[in-house]
Amino acid sequence: MIKAADIEKRYGRAWALRRISFELGPNGFLLVTGANGSGKTTLLRLLVGLASPTRGSLSVAAEREQVGYLGHEPLVYRDLTALENLELYGRLYRVSERRERIGMLLERFGLWEARNQRVAAYSRGMTQRLALCRALLHDPSFVVLDEPFTALDTAGAELLDRELATLAATATVVVSTHDPARVAPLATARLALA
Amino acid sequence: MSAYAADVAALARKDLRLELRAREVVPAMSVFVVATLVVFHFALPRNSGRDAAYGLLWVTLVFTALLGLGRSWVPEREGRVLDGLLLAPCDRSAIWLGKSLATFAFLAVAQLVALPAFALFFAPLRGQAIAGVVLADVGICAVGTLVSAMAAAGRTRDLVLPLVFLPLAIPLIVGGIGSSIATRAGSYLLFLVLYDVLFSILSWASFEYVVTE
Repeated sequence: MIKAADIEKRYGRAWALRRISFELGPNGFLLVTGANGSGKTTLLRLLVGLASPTRGSLSVAAEREQVGYLGHEPLVYRDLTALENLELYGRLYRVSERRERIGMLLERFGLWEARNQRVAAYSRGMTQRLALCRALLHDPSFVVLDEPFTALDTAGAELLDRELATLAATATVVVSTHDPARVAPLATARLALA
Repeated sequence: MSAYAADVAALARKDLRLELRAREVVPAMSVFVVATLVVFHFALPRNSGRDAAYGLLWVTLVFTALLGLGRSWVPEREGRVLDGLLLAPCDRSAIWLGKSLATFAFLAVAQLVALPAFALFFAPLRGQAIAGVVLADVGICAVGTLVSAMAAAGRTRDLVLPLVFLPLAIPLIVGGIGSSIATRAGSYLLFLVLYDVLFSILSWASFEYVVTE
């Protein structure tokens, strides 16, 4: 599914990632750990195709419509409502039975009551829940989550635990986190960035 | 409607909705264009003639467009929404086309204010001049949307946009002024059509390479 051989990424003169190699098979679960600035976000951006490696070879056997990505930023419009954001993404991702799928996700992530509020009025935790809805909207088979527990309260984190357990059985998953113990039981591979 | 056209329509509609809510771009452009025309009205000597006034109209239109273009990718820059759009499996040129159409709409509204104001302060506009404005708007939106996307990715965006866009807009100004003052404006209008076609194709084809790392 993923084959990375000596990949490196440089921004200007600074190296964000040096000589990383790993492989992950289909339905594998990769846990990425490392200190701040170790290159976790850069690696995840490379995996989803938002950036290209400066050196080395990276092959990911997933088309864009199969990729679900949660980044540091929520990737949603602040002046649109949750419903409008998901409608737009649902259309771009050609989600079948879009309204039902959006309604089900908003319900599951506890945002149904706030669906018609602008994202600008959301708390950080609600925005993170919406970002997770956006990442999972099209039922991706390759899921990449960058610090997914950020800003989630206890109930939100437990909900995400359950989502990850489901995803681990059905999709290839890459998760970066500062709380590896939470995800470790699901992981089939680990990558520690220095 | 094809999937491509539906994507473009959804993206353009989203920009119109954002503008209707935030009201940041069109009011700013409208106030700027009127204020500039008022300044030029008092700055231009009385016996300067119509040709000079038309020249100032085009300077005003281009700088008004620049004001709108500078704001056009702000919603995508906040929260890195452009990353989300780039990850979607739609044709990436649809993002450029949707944004260009929305920018064209904003520019058209600002000019609905600007052209009557010009007629009031300076001289009436003939049909050929208005045709020139519409054709120039197409070129401005095609090139401007691409350049502003390129500028939005960098830290020096406020500098990059005018430095790259203004030289590219010179042919539009030449064609626009020609269509406004020449007795036979046909060749200038044709020139604007050619510019629009050529630069729309170039912008459409190169957008993906401009916005991806």
